[in-house]
Amino acid sequence: MRAEAEILAVRQAGVSLAGREILHDVDFALEPGEFCGLIGTNGSGKTTLLRAILGFVPLSRGSVTIAGGSRLASVGYVPQKFVLDPYIPMRARDLVALGLDGHRLGFPIPSKGRRQAVDETLTAVDATRFADQRIGDLSGGEQQRVVLAHALIRHPRLLLLDEPLASLDIRSVAEIVALLRRVSCEYRVTVLLAGHDMNPLLPAMERIVYLANGRAASGRVDAVVRTEVLSELYGYHIDVIRVYGRILVIPVGTEEGATAAIERDPVHVAQVP
Amino acid sequence: MIRVTSLLSILFEPGFFTSEPVRTAVVIGGGAAIVSGVVGVFTVIRGQSFAGHALADVSSAGGAASFLLGINPLLGFLIMGVIGASSMELVRVDRARERDLVTGVVLGAGLGLTALLLFLDVTSSSTTGAAVTVMFGSMFAIPASIIPLAEGVGFGAVLMVALLYRPLLLSSVDPDLAAVRGVPVRLVGLLHLIVLALAVALSAITVGAILSTALLIGPAAIALQIAKRPGWAVLLAAEIGVAATWGGILVAYDSYSWTGGHGWPVSFCVVTLIFLAYLVAGWPGRGRARRTPRIDSRRVQRAA
Repeated sequence: MRAEAEILAVRQAGVSLAGREILHDVDFALEPGEFCGLIGTNGSGKTTLLRAILGFVPLSRGSVTIAGGSRLASVGYVPQKFVLDPYIPMRARDLVALGLDGHRLGFPIPSKGRRQAVDETLTAVDATRFADQRIGDLSGGEQQRVVLAHALIRHPRLLLLDEPLASLDIRSVAEIVALLRRVSCEYRVTVLLAGHDMNPLLPAMERIVYLANGRAASGRVDAVVRTEVLSELYGYHIDVIRVYGRILVIPVGTEEGATAAIERDPVHVAQVP
Repeated sequence: MIRVTSLLSILFEPGFFTSEPVRTAVVIGGGAAIVSGVVGVFTVIRGQSFAGHALADVSSAGGAASFLLGINPLLGFLIMGVIGASSMELVRVDRARERDLVTGVVLGAGLGLTALLLFLDVTSSSTTGAAVTVMFGSMFAIPASIIPLAEGVGFGAVLMVALLYRPLLLSSVDPDLAAVRGVPVRLVGLLHLIVLALAVALSAITVGAILSTALLIGPAAIALQIAKRPGWAVLLAAEIGVAATWGGILVAYDSYSWTGGHGWPVSFCVVTLIFLAYLVAGWPGRGRARRTPRIDSRRVQRAA
């Protein structure tokens, strides 16, 4: 693997919050254009890892390297549970435009180029039809597309999404995954998407970073989501079962081991819709 | 023509346009309303209305001290307001509830100091009416000499908001999105609090420290349910604030004729007009009625 071809390299990274070690020895790299799922149960440190990559949380050890100069120029971010207050006086297109120049001082100067960039990005995420509505009046899925456009408008090389599929209905989940897959090709952007269920991502995912116990296993899905790899990661026996194209991850092992496992990690079964 | 003049004479009691106190009140009140409306929009979006009220209470200590020291009351409000804003921001908090606690504690300390200073005002320098002036304002008693300072502060505050417009807007919608865009979110937050302190000090000199919240939050709240774009909301809030302030001054001036020469406080008239405007604009009722059918029609379209 050529080091200069990596968009994101996380090396032996550790993060401690309030004296507790959340992540230790997380090690993986993403190549240009890869669509990568960051999978783990609630509390496994997905959000912390994304925030560490963004520089919001300091690393206690290790390093995070993002190719292409400064972190701000090359990263787009869609935060978790993005809920906008209904009274925010902003149309969808206003928020997208702030993705272009929200850091600049003074009032925005309307220009053809600015409007065109906003329109193009709104089209890319299928948000044109509600572009002129108040963002607070939009549904959760629609707001998410607007925030996605906000993150994409500067053509970042790396796009981080924190649980974008949580709280969406099944149909919207499939829609958003397909949309993200398409956008990642059109914008040639590397995607790192955090989620607790890998199944909706299986059609799109080229790489998986599986977080458990504060550590990560990374590689192709077939190489990582295996009984041996996950058992090693969790530190107790895990069964990986494939049924009808879905993957179930079930903690079992010895009877005592299973009880301990379930206590530590209550029934971590990939949800079957 | 005669009818128009007679209508005007009913609206405007004689002497309104020539009165020196009215002119001062119109200038200072208008300036305070513009600044409060502009800043208020961001304060409401950020969910910091409580901080605005706390800053007003803390700045009242400065107003009370100014009577004791014999300095310009606006200066007193300003100094304490900025001190309050800085102390609220210096305490690093990560959770919204923690921020509320810090705000509440600072508010309490400020008001306690006000209680002492107002007590001293009355006992040692026998300034009668200081408490009412500091807390509820006496617009027709504002000395014209503070106009230059007030206009300077107002101009500075509006200029600061204009400069910070985009970073402030983005960090008010979502601090994380702003941070990713390279906005120094904490610095912008501190600057917002300082501009908020300036707005509150200007309002405190007009409608009084306690009622300054009404001028800060009311017009912004009305504008936010009407305007669809941020720029329009800011302009609209400023206009509503100025209209309510000038209208309140007029009603208070006219009230001298029907109250037998005592007159009602300007603050009461201003705040009442804002409240009535808010009721007419109808926060919950109209907002909900407007939204629900739109969502329904969208669902129907999808199903079809």
